[in-house]
Amino acid sequence: MLKILKYSFYDLIRSRWSYVYLAFYLLLGSVLLFLNNDLSKAVITLMNVIVVLTPLIGTIFGIMYYYSSREFTELLLAQPIRRSNIFLGQYLGVALSLSASLIIGLGIPFIAYGIFYSGAIWDYLTLLITATFLTLIFTALAFNIAISTENRIKGFGYAILLWLFMAVIYDGLFLLGLIMFSEYPLENFSLFATMLNPIDLSRILILLKLDISALMGYTGAVFQKFFGTNRGLIISFSVLIIWTVLPIWRIIYKSNRKDF
Amino acid sequence: MIEVKNLYKKFGQNEVLKGLNLDISNKGIFTILGPNGSGKTTLIKSILGMVIPDSGDIIINGENVKKQWDYRLNIDYMPQIANFPSNLTVNELFDMIIDLRIEEKRKDELIKLFGLSEFLTKKLGTLSGGTNQKVNIVLSFMFDSPIIILDEPTTGLDPVSLIRLKDLITSEKEKGKTILITTHIMDFVEQISDQIVFILEGVIYFRGTVNELKEKTNQENIERAIASILTDTYA
Repeated sequence: MLKILKYSFYDLIRSRWSYVYLAFYLLLGSVLLFLNNDLSKAVITLMNVIVVLTPLIGTIFGIMYYYSSREFTELLLAQPIRRSNIFLGQYLGVALSLSASLIIGLGIPFIAYGIFYSGAIWDYLTLLITATFLTLIFTALAFNIAISTENRIKGFGYAILLWLFMAVIYDGLFLLGLIMFSEYPLENFSLFATMLNPIDLSRILILLKLDISALMGYTGAVFQKFFGTNRGLIISFSVLIIWTVLPIWRIIYKSNRKDF
Repeated sequence: MIEVKNLYKKFGQNEVLKGLNLDISNKGIFTILGPNGSGKTTLIKSILGMVIPDSGDIIINGENVKKQWDYRLNIDYMPQIANFPSNLTVNELFDMIIDLRIEEKRKDELIKLFGLSEFLTKKLGTLSGGTNQKVNIVLSFMFDSPIIILDEPTTGLDPVSLIRLKDLITSEKEKGKTILITTHIMDFVEQISDQIVFILEGVIYFRGTVNELKEKTNQENIERAIASILTDTYA
Protein backbone atom coordinates (compact mmCIF):
# COMPACT_ATOMS: atom_id res chain seq x y z
CA MET A 1 0.00 0.00 0.00
CA LEU A 2 2.83 2.37 0.83
CA LYS A 3 4.22 2.00 -2.68
CA ILE A 4 0.91 2.92 -4.30
CA LEU A 5 0.54 5.77 -1.83
CA LYS A 6 4.02 6.99 -2.68
CA TYR A 7 3.37 7.03 -6.41
CA SER A 8 -0.10 8.58 -6.18
CA PHE A 9 1.32 11.22 -3.89
CA TYR A 10 4.22 12.00 -6.24
CA ASP A 11 1.89 12.00 -9.22
CA LEU A 12 -0.35 14.53 -7.48
CA ILE A 13 2.23 16.85 -5.97
CA ARG A 14 3.62 17.26 -9.44
CA SER A 15 0.32 18.31 -10.91
CA ARG A 16 -0.31 22.00 -11.39
CA TRP A 17 -3.51 21.98 -9.33
CA SER A 18 -1.78 21.05 -6.10
CA TYR A 19 0.31 24.20 -6.47
CA VAL A 20 -2.67 26.34 -7.31
CA TYR A 21 -4.36 25.02 -4.18
CA LEU A 22 -1.24 25.66 -2.10
CA ALA A 23 -0.78 29.14 -3.56
CA PHE A 24 -4.41 29.91 -2.77
CA TYR A 25 -3.96 29.11 0.92
CA LEU A 26 -0.68 31.00 1.04
CA LEU A 27 -2.39 34.05 -0.37
CA LEU A 28 -5.49 33.67 1.78
CA GLY A 29 -3.46 33.25 4.96
CA SER A 30 -1.20 36.21 4.20
CA VAL A 31 -4.01 38.54 3.19
CA LEU A 32 -6.12 37.68 6.23
CA LEU A 33 -3.24 38.25 8.59
CA PHE A 34 -2.40 41.51 6.88
CA LEU A 35 -5.98 42.77 6.95
CA ASN A 36 -6.94 41.58 10.44
CA ASN A 37 -3.59 42.18 12.04
CA ASP A 38 -4.74 39.77 14.72
CA LEU A 39 -4.18 36.04 14.88
CA SER A 40 -7.46 35.06 16.53
CA LYS A 41 -9.54 37.07 14.12
CA ALA A 42 -7.65 35.63 11.18
CA VAL A 43 -8.35 32.14 12.51
CA ILE A 44 -12.09 32.86 12.70
CA THR A 45 -12.25 34.27 9.18
CA LEU A 46 -10.19 31.35 7.89
CA MET A 47 -12.56 28.92 9.56
CA ASN A 48 -15.48 30.27 7.61
CA VAL A 49 -13.62 29.77 4.37
CA ILE A 50 -12.09 26.42 5.25
CA VAL A 51 -15.17 24.56 6.43
CA VAL A 52 -16.73 25.14 3.02
CA LEU A 53 -13.70 25.04 0.76
CA THR A 54 -11.79 21.96 1.97
CA PRO A 55 -14.82 19.67 1.49
CA LEU A 56 -15.33 21.06 -2.01
CA ILE A 57 -11.71 20.58 -3.05
CA GLY A 58 -11.53 17.15 -1.40
CA THR A 59 -14.66 16.05 -3.22
CA ILE A 60 -13.57 17.32 -6.62
CA PHE A 61 -9.99 16.06 -6.43
CA GLY A 62 -11.12 12.71 -5.06
CA ILE A 63 -13.65 12.07 -7.78
CA MET A 64 -11.38 13.37 -10.56
CA TYR A 65 -8.41 11.33 -9.44
CA TYR A 66 -10.40 8.12 -9.20
CA TYR A 67 -11.91 8.47 -12.65
CA SER A 68 -8.77 9.67 -14.38
CA SER A 69 -6.69 6.81 -13.01
CA ARG A 70 -9.24 4.10 -13.78
CA GLU A 71 -7.29 2.42 -16.57
CA PHE A 72 -4.14 2.57 -14.54
CA THR A 73 -6.00 1.01 -11.64
CA GLU A 74 -6.84 -1.87 -13.96
CA LEU A 75 -3.16 -2.31 -14.68
CA LEU A 76 -2.43 -2.38 -10.96
CA LEU A 77 -5.23 -4.89 -10.36
CA ALA A 78 -3.41 -7.36 -12.58
CA GLN A 79 -0.28 -7.05 -10.45
CA PRO A 80 0.35 -9.14 -7.36
CA ILE A 81 -1.09 -6.59 -4.94
CA ARG A 82 -4.05 -6.84 -2.61
CA ARG A 83 -7.04 -4.93 -3.96
CA SER A 84 -7.72 -2.94 -0.83
CA ASN A 85 -4.11 -1.73 -0.86
CA ILE A 86 -4.52 -0.23 -4.31
CA PHE A 87 -7.57 1.80 -3.38
CA LEU A 88 -6.39 2.78 0.07
CA GLY A 89 -3.06 3.84 -1.42
CA GLN A 90 -4.73 6.00 -4.04
CA TYR A 91 -7.14 7.48 -1.52
CA LEU A 92 -4.40 8.35 0.93
CA GLY A 93 -2.30 9.76 -1.92
CA VAL A 94 -5.05 12.24 -2.79
CA ALA A 95 -6.07 13.04 0.77
CA LEU A 96 -2.53 13.49 2.05
CA SER A 97 -1.33 15.62 -0.85
CA LEU A 98 -4.34 17.91 -0.39
CA SER A 99 -3.69 18.07 3.33
CA ALA A 100 -0.04 18.85 2.63
CA SER A 101 -1.02 21.78 0.38
CA LEU A 102 -3.35 23.02 3.10
CA ILE A 103 -0.91 22.69 5.97
CA ILE A 104 2.04 24.17 4.09
CA GLY A 105 -0.06 26.93 2.51
CA LEU A 106 -1.52 28.04 5.83
CA GLY A 107 1.58 27.18 7.81
CA ILE A 108 4.04 29.54 6.15
CA PRO A 109 2.19 32.85 6.67
CA PHE A 110 1.18 32.00 10.23
CA ILE A 111 4.66 30.89 11.21
CA ALA A 112 6.09 34.01 9.62
CA TYR A 113 3.61 36.06 11.65
CA GLY A 114 4.77 34.39 14.83
CA ILE A 115 2.04 31.88 15.68
CA PHE A 116 4.45 29.94 17.90
CA TYR A 117 4.82 32.88 20.28
CA SER A 118 1.15 33.60 20.48
CA GLY A 119 -1.65 32.32 22.67
CA ALA A 120 -3.68 31.42 19.61
CA ILE A 121 -1.47 28.47 18.73
CA TRP A 122 -3.96 25.85 19.94
CA ASP A 123 -6.85 27.53 18.18
CA TYR A 124 -4.80 27.58 15.03
CA LEU A 125 -3.84 23.92 15.39
CA THR A 126 -7.48 22.97 15.98
CA LEU A 127 -8.30 24.72 12.74
CA LEU A 128 -5.61 22.82 10.81
CA ILE A 129 -6.58 19.45 12.31
CA THR A 130 -10.25 20.03 11.56
CA ALA A 131 -9.46 21.07 8.00
CA THR A 132 -7.36 17.93 7.56
CA PHE A 133 -10.24 15.83 8.88
CA LEU A 134 -12.62 17.48 6.42
CA THR A 135 -10.21 16.72 3.58
CA LEU A 136 -9.93 13.08 4.67
CA ILE A 137 -13.70 12.73 5.06
CA PHE A 138 -14.76 14.32 1.81
CA THR A 139 -12.07 12.65 -0.28
CA ALA A 140 -13.24 9.33 1.14
CA LEU A 141 -16.87 10.18 0.39
CA ALA A 142 -15.89 11.13 -3.17
CA PHE A 143 -14.06 7.81 -3.61
CA ASN A 144 -17.18 6.04 -2.36
CA ILE A 145 -19.32 7.77 -4.94
CA ALA A 146 -16.79 7.07 -7.69
CA ILE A 147 -16.50 3.36 -6.83
CA SER A 148 -20.27 2.95 -6.89
CA THR A 149 -20.89 5.02 -10.04
CA GLU A 150 -19.54 3.86 -13.39
CA ASN A 151 -20.71 6.91 -15.31
CA ARG A 152 -18.24 9.75 -14.76
CA ILE A 153 -20.66 12.58 -15.43
CA LYS A 154 -23.19 11.12 -13.00
CA GLY A 155 -20.48 10.48 -10.42
CA PHE A 156 -19.26 14.04 -10.70
CA GLY A 157 -22.82 15.31 -10.36
CA TYR A 158 -23.49 13.22 -7.25
CA ALA A 159 -20.25 14.41 -5.69
CA ILE A 160 -21.06 18.08 -6.24
CA LEU A 161 -24.59 17.51 -4.95
CA LEU A 162 -23.18 15.88 -1.83
CA TRP A 163 -21.01 18.90 -1.18
CA LEU A 164 -23.84 21.33 -1.89
CA PHE A 165 -26.11 19.40 0.44
CA MET A 166 -23.63 19.26 3.31
CA ALA A 167 -22.33 22.81 2.94
CA VAL A 168 -25.49 24.73 2.08
CA ILE A 169 -28.79 22.86 1.91
CA TYR A 170 -28.38 20.97 5.18
CA ASP A 171 -28.15 24.16 7.19
CA GLY A 172 -31.22 25.54 5.47
CA LEU A 173 -33.27 22.45 6.20
CA PHE A 174 -31.97 22.35 9.74
CA LEU A 175 -32.96 25.94 10.36
CA LEU A 176 -36.34 25.33 8.77
CA GLY A 177 -36.83 22.38 11.12
CA LEU A 178 -35.91 24.51 14.12
CA ILE A 179 -38.42 27.18 13.16
CA MET A 180 -41.24 24.79 12.36
CA PHE A 181 -40.88 22.85 15.58
CA SER A 182 -39.90 25.76 17.79
CA GLU A 183 -42.68 24.83 20.25
CA TYR A 184 -40.96 21.55 21.09
CA PRO A 185 -37.74 20.87 22.98
CA LEU A 186 -35.14 20.65 20.24
CA GLU A 187 -31.89 20.15 22.10
CA ASN A 188 -31.49 16.46 21.38
CA PHE A 189 -32.63 16.83 17.81
CA SER A 190 -30.15 19.59 17.06
CA LEU A 191 -27.28 17.73 18.73
CA PHE A 192 -28.03 14.70 16.67
CA ALA A 193 -28.53 16.67 13.45
CA THR A 194 -25.20 18.44 13.90
CA MET A 195 -23.33 15.18 14.26
CA LEU A 196 -24.78 13.97 10.97
CA ASN A 197 -22.99 16.71 9.08
CA PRO A 198 -19.19 16.88 9.33
CA ILE A 199 -19.11 20.48 8.12
CA ASP A 200 -21.43 21.70 10.88
CA LEU A 201 -19.59 19.58 13.36
CA SER A 202 -16.25 21.09 12.38
CA ARG A 203 -17.60 24.60 12.64
CA ILE A 204 -18.87 23.94 16.16
CA LEU A 205 -15.65 22.23 17.13
CA ILE A 206 -13.60 25.26 16.17
CA LEU A 207 -16.02 27.68 17.81
CA LEU A 208 -15.98 25.64 21.01
CA LYS A 209 -12.23 25.80 21.01
CA LEU A 210 -12.21 29.53 20.34
CA ASP A 211 -14.88 29.92 23.02
CA ILE A 212 -16.73 32.69 21.21
CA SER A 213 -20.30 32.27 22.33
CA ALA A 214 -21.51 35.15 20.16
CA LEU A 215 -20.67 33.22 17.00
CA MET A 216 -21.78 29.85 18.21
CA GLY A 217 -25.41 30.01 17.23
CA TYR A 218 -28.09 27.76 18.61
CA THR A 219 -26.43 24.37 18.08
CA GLY A 220 -23.10 25.58 19.35
CA ALA A 221 -24.74 26.86 22.50
CA VAL A 222 -26.63 23.60 22.95
CA PHE A 223 -23.43 21.68 22.43
CA GLN A 224 -21.60 23.71 25.03
CA LYS A 225 -24.44 23.55 27.53
CA PHE A 226 -24.89 19.84 27.05
CA PHE A 227 -21.30 18.66 27.05
CA GLY A 228 -19.27 21.56 28.38
CA THR A 229 -16.36 22.82 26.35
CA ASN A 230 -13.91 19.98 26.90
CA ARG A 231 -16.30 17.09 26.62
CA GLY A 232 -17.83 18.82 23.62
CA LEU A 233 -14.43 18.94 21.97
CA ILE A 234 -13.68 15.29 22.68
CA ILE A 235 -17.08 14.15 21.45
CA SER A 236 -16.96 16.18 18.28
CA PHE A 237 -13.45 14.90 17.51
CA SER A 238 -14.61 11.33 18.07
CA VAL A 239 -17.54 11.82 15.73
CA LEU A 240 -15.16 13.25 13.09
CA ILE A 241 -13.03 10.13 13.44
CA ILE A 242 -16.10 7.96 12.91
CA TRP A 243 -16.93 10.09 9.87
CA THR A 244 -13.45 9.32 8.51
CA VAL A 245 -13.31 5.62 9.33
CA LEU A 246 -16.73 4.63 7.99
CA PRO A 247 -16.24 5.84 4.38
CA ILE A 248 -12.71 4.37 4.31
CA TRP A 249 -14.10 1.05 5.48
CA ARG A 250 -16.70 1.20 2.71
CA ILE A 251 -13.98 1.89 0.11
CA ILE A 252 -12.33 -1.39 1.14
CA TYR A 253 -15.62 -3.27 1.29
CA LYS A 254 -16.85 -2.06 -2.10
CA SER A 255 -13.52 -2.41 -3.88
CA ASN A 256 -13.25 -6.06 -2.85
CA ARG A 257 -16.54 -6.85 -4.55
CA LYS A 258 -16.29 -4.75 -7.68
CA ASP A 259 -15.71 -5.97 -11.24
CA PHE A 260 -13.25 -4.13 -13.43
CA MET B 1 -1.72 -24.92 -15.23
CA ILE B 2 -4.99 -23.06 -15.71
CA GLU B 3 -8.20 -24.83 -14.85
CA VAL B 4 -11.58 -23.13 -15.10
CA LYS B 5 -14.55 -25.04 -13.68
CA ASN B 6 -18.18 -24.21 -14.26
CA LEU B 7 -17.74 -20.45 -14.34
CA TYR B 8 -20.83 -18.24 -14.20
CA LYS B 9 -20.91 -14.46 -14.40
CA LYS B 10 -23.78 -12.05 -14.84
CA PHE B 11 -23.55 -8.30 -15.35
CA GLY B 12 -26.99 -7.06 -14.37
CA GLN B 13 -29.43 -8.91 -16.61
CA ASN B 14 -26.73 -9.91 -19.03
CA GLU B 15 -25.44 -13.42 -18.41
CA VAL B 16 -21.98 -13.46 -19.95
CA LEU B 17 -20.42 -16.71 -18.77
CA LYS B 18 -22.75 -19.69 -18.50
CA GLY B 19 -20.89 -22.54 -16.90
CA LEU B 20 -17.64 -22.25 -18.80
CA ASN B 21 -15.11 -25.06 -18.44
CA LEU B 22 -11.55 -24.80 -19.68
CA ASP B 23 -8.49 -26.83 -18.89
CA ILE B 24 -5.15 -25.65 -20.16
CA SER B 25 -2.53 -28.03 -18.85
CA ASN B 26 -0.02 -27.91 -21.69
CA LYS B 27 2.30 -25.17 -22.88
CA GLY B 28 1.88 -23.17 -26.06
CA ILE B 29 -0.13 -20.37 -27.59
CA PHE B 30 -3.89 -20.41 -27.12
CA THR B 31 -5.93 -17.87 -28.99
CA ILE B 32 -9.30 -17.12 -27.48
CA LEU B 33 -11.78 -16.24 -30.21
CA GLY B 34 -15.42 -15.36 -30.24
CA PRO B 35 -17.82 -12.65 -31.39
CA ASN B 36 -18.11 -9.36 -29.52
CA GLY B 37 -19.70 -9.86 -26.14
CA SER B 38 -19.08 -13.61 -26.06
CA GLY B 39 -17.18 -13.39 -22.79
CA LYS B 40 -13.51 -13.44 -23.85
CA THR B 41 -12.44 -10.48 -21.79
CA THR B 42 -14.66 -11.53 -18.89
CA LEU B 43 -12.94 -14.93 -18.86
CA ILE B 44 -9.48 -13.34 -18.89
CA LYS B 45 -10.39 -10.85 -16.22
CA SER B 46 -11.84 -13.61 -14.06
CA ILE B 47 -8.56 -15.50 -14.32
CA LEU B 48 -6.75 -12.35 -13.22
CA GLY B 49 -9.18 -11.70 -10.39
CA MET B 50 -10.35 -8.39 -11.83
CA VAL B 51 -13.86 -9.71 -12.36
CA ILE B 52 -15.33 -11.68 -9.48
CA PRO B 53 -17.30 -14.68 -10.79
CA ASP B 54 -20.78 -15.45 -9.44
CA SER B 55 -19.88 -19.11 -9.09
CA GLY B 56 -17.32 -21.62 -10.29
CA ASP B 57 -13.64 -22.13 -9.58
CA ILE B 58 -10.42 -21.03 -11.19
CA ILE B 59 -7.36 -23.04 -10.30
CA ILE B 60 -3.91 -21.88 -11.29
CA ASN B 61 -0.93 -24.13 -10.61
CA GLY B 62 -3.07 -26.18 -8.24
CA GLU B 63 -4.25 -23.20 -6.19
CA ASN B 64 -7.79 -21.83 -6.13
CA VAL B 65 -7.47 -18.12 -6.84
CA LYS B 66 -10.59 -16.95 -5.04
CA LYS B 67 -9.67 -13.96 -2.84
CA GLN B 68 -6.00 -14.59 -3.48
CA TRP B 69 -3.58 -12.08 -4.97
CA ASP B 70 -0.05 -13.46 -4.86
CA TYR B 71 -0.68 -15.95 -7.67
CA ARG B 72 -0.59 -12.99 -10.06
CA LEU B 73 3.17 -12.98 -9.62
CA ASN B 74 3.13 -15.87 -12.10
CA ILE B 75 1.08 -14.01 -14.71
CA ASP B 76 2.07 -11.27 -17.14
CA TYR B 77 -0.98 -9.42 -18.39
CA MET B 78 -1.31 -6.91 -21.16
CA PRO B 79 -4.61 -5.00 -21.05
CA GLN B 80 -6.58 -3.96 -24.11
CA ILE B 81 -6.37 -0.20 -23.60
CA ALA B 82 -3.21 1.25 -22.20
CA ASN B 83 -3.89 4.48 -20.39
CA PHE B 84 -1.17 5.40 -17.95
CA PRO B 85 -0.94 8.29 -15.47
CA SER B 86 -0.05 11.26 -17.63
CA ASN B 87 2.26 12.96 -15.12
CA LEU B 88 4.73 10.07 -14.90
CA THR B 89 7.56 9.48 -17.35
CA VAL B 90 8.02 6.12 -19.05
CA ASN B 91 10.97 5.31 -16.83
CA GLU B 92 9.06 6.14 -13.66
CA LEU B 93 6.21 3.90 -14.73
CA PHE B 94 8.61 1.00 -15.36
CA ASP B 95 10.30 1.59 -12.03
CA MET B 96 6.97 1.68 -10.26
CA ILE B 97 5.73 -1.62 -11.64
CA ILE B 98 9.15 -3.20 -11.07
CA ASP B 99 8.96 -1.90 -7.52
CA LEU B 100 5.62 -3.69 -7.06
CA ARG B 101 6.85 -7.03 -8.38
CA ILE B 102 10.09 -8.72 -7.49
CA GLU B 103 12.50 -7.82 -10.28
CA GLU B 104 12.50 -7.30 -14.00
CA LYS B 105 14.44 -9.74 -16.10
CA ARG B 106 14.95 -7.96 -19.41
CA LYS B 107 13.61 -4.45 -19.49
CA ASP B 108 16.54 -2.99 -21.44
CA GLU B 109 16.45 -5.70 -24.08
CA LEU B 110 12.74 -5.02 -24.74
CA ILE B 111 13.16 -1.26 -24.73
CA LYS B 112 15.77 -1.65 -27.45
CA LEU B 113 13.63 -4.11 -29.41
CA PHE B 114 10.69 -1.72 -29.61
CA GLY B 115 12.80 1.44 -30.01
CA LEU B 116 11.60 3.10 -26.83
CA SER B 117 14.96 4.48 -25.63
CA GLU B 118 14.25 8.02 -26.79
CA PHE B 119 10.90 8.10 -25.00
CA LEU B 120 12.11 7.00 -21.57
CA THR B 121 12.22 10.48 -20.08
CA LYS B 122 9.05 11.69 -21.79
CA LYS B 123 5.81 11.98 -19.88
CA LEU B 124 3.28 9.29 -20.68
CA GLY B 125 0.59 11.84 -21.47
CA THR B 126 2.56 13.14 -24.44
CA LEU B 127 3.06 9.77 -26.18
CA SER B 128 1.12 8.59 -29.23
CA GLY B 129 -1.29 5.65 -29.08
CA GLY B 130 1.14 3.26 -30.74
CA THR B 131 4.02 4.26 -28.46
CA ASN B 132 1.76 3.78 -25.47
CA GLN B 133 1.01 0.30 -26.74
CA LYS B 134 4.74 -0.43 -26.99
CA VAL B 135 5.21 0.70 -23.41
CA ASN B 136 2.37 -1.65 -22.58
CA ILE B 137 4.16 -4.52 -24.32
CA VAL B 138 7.46 -3.91 -22.54
CA LEU B 139 5.64 -3.62 -19.25
CA SER B 140 3.89 -6.94 -19.68
CA PHE B 141 6.82 -8.96 -21.02
CA MET B 142 9.64 -7.80 -18.79
CA PHE B 143 8.94 -10.07 -15.85
CA ASP B 144 9.35 -13.35 -17.69
CA SER B 145 6.44 -15.07 -15.91
CA PRO B 146 5.35 -18.60 -16.88
CA ILE B 147 1.84 -17.48 -17.91
CA ILE B 148 1.25 -14.60 -20.33
CA ILE B 149 -2.18 -13.13 -21.09
CA LEU B 150 -2.53 -10.65 -23.95
CA ASP B 151 -5.81 -8.84 -24.62
CA GLU B 152 -5.86 -7.52 -28.20
CA PRO B 153 -2.10 -6.96 -28.30
CA THR B 154 -1.95 -5.81 -31.93
CA THR B 155 -4.03 -2.63 -31.54
CA GLY B 156 -2.28 0.46 -32.89
CA LEU B 157 1.03 -1.20 -33.78
CA ASP B 158 2.93 -0.42 -36.98
CA PRO B 159 3.94 -3.40 -39.20
CA VAL B 160 7.52 -3.51 -37.92
CA SER B 161 6.47 -3.62 -34.29
CA LEU B 162 3.81 -6.16 -35.16
CA ILE B 163 6.45 -8.51 -36.60
CA ARG B 164 8.63 -7.98 -33.53
CA LEU B 165 5.70 -8.74 -31.27
CA LYS B 166 5.00 -11.95 -33.18
CA ASP B 167 8.65 -13.01 -32.89
CA LEU B 168 8.60 -12.16 -29.22
CA ILE B 169 5.49 -14.27 -28.62
CA THR B 170 6.98 -17.18 -30.56
CA SER B 171 10.22 -17.05 -28.59
CA GLU B 172 8.28 -16.99 -25.34
CA LYS B 173 6.46 -20.10 -26.44
CA GLU B 174 9.76 -21.83 -27.12
CA LYS B 175 10.78 -21.12 -23.55
CA GLY B 176 7.85 -23.32 -22.53
CA LYS B 177 5.34 -20.71 -21.42
CA THR B 178 1.56 -20.78 -21.58
CA ILE B 179 0.26 -17.84 -23.58
CA LEU B 180 -3.39 -16.77 -23.90
CA ILE B 181 -4.25 -14.21 -26.56
CA THR B 182 -7.51 -12.62 -27.60
CA THR B 183 -7.62 -11.00 -31.00
CA HIS B 184 -9.85 -10.31 -33.97
CA ILE B 185 -7.04 -10.44 -36.53
CA MET B 186 -7.35 -13.84 -38.20
CA ASP B 187 -3.96 -13.76 -39.98
CA PHE B 188 -2.37 -13.36 -36.60
CA VAL B 189 -4.35 -16.33 -35.25
CA GLU B 190 -3.39 -18.53 -38.16
CA GLN B 191 0.30 -17.70 -37.88
CA ILE B 192 0.87 -18.12 -34.20
CA SER B 193 -1.76 -20.21 -32.48
CA ASP B 194 -1.25 -23.80 -31.40
CA GLN B 195 -4.82 -24.08 -30.34
CA ILE B 196 -7.98 -22.09 -30.79
CA VAL B 197 -10.48 -21.74 -27.97
CA PHE B 198 -13.73 -20.52 -29.45
CA ILE B 199 -16.18 -19.01 -27.00
CA LEU B 200 -19.79 -18.61 -27.99
CA GLU B 201 -22.58 -17.40 -25.73
CA GLY B 202 -20.62 -17.94 -22.56
CA VAL B 203 -19.39 -21.49 -23.09
CA ILE B 204 -16.54 -23.06 -25.05
CA TYR B 205 -17.97 -23.99 -28.42
CA PHE B 206 -14.85 -25.38 -30.02
CA ARG B 207 -11.33 -26.18 -29.00
CA GLY B 208 -8.60 -27.48 -31.28
CA THR B 209 -6.01 -26.54 -33.85
CA VAL B 210 -6.57 -24.23 -36.80
CA ASN B 211 -6.69 -27.24 -39.15
CA GLU B 212 -9.24 -29.04 -37.02
CA LEU B 213 -11.42 -25.98 -37.13
CA LYS B 214 -11.17 -25.84 -40.92
CA GLU B 215 -11.99 -29.53 -41.20
CA LYS B 216 -14.92 -29.30 -38.87
CA THR B 217 -16.47 -26.45 -40.80
CA ASN B 218 -15.38 -27.59 -44.26
CA GLN B 219 -13.77 -24.29 -45.04
CA GLU B 220 -10.39 -23.46 -46.57
CA ASN B 221 -9.85 -20.27 -44.74
CA ILE B 222 -10.06 -19.54 -41.03
CA GLU B 223 -12.05 -16.35 -41.41
CA ARG B 224 -14.73 -18.24 -43.31
CA ALA B 225 -14.56 -21.12 -40.86
CA ILE B 226 -15.39 -18.78 -38.01
CA ALA B 227 -18.04 -17.00 -40.03
CA SER B 228 -19.67 -20.33 -40.80
CA ILE B 229 -19.86 -21.22 -37.11
CA LEU B 230 -21.48 -17.90 -36.41
CA THR B 231 -24.00 -18.06 -39.26
CA ASP B 232 -24.91 -21.63 -38.30
CA THR B 233 -25.61 -20.73 -34.73
CA TYR B 234 -27.30 -17.43 -35.45
CA ALA B 235 -29.50 -18.89 -38.21
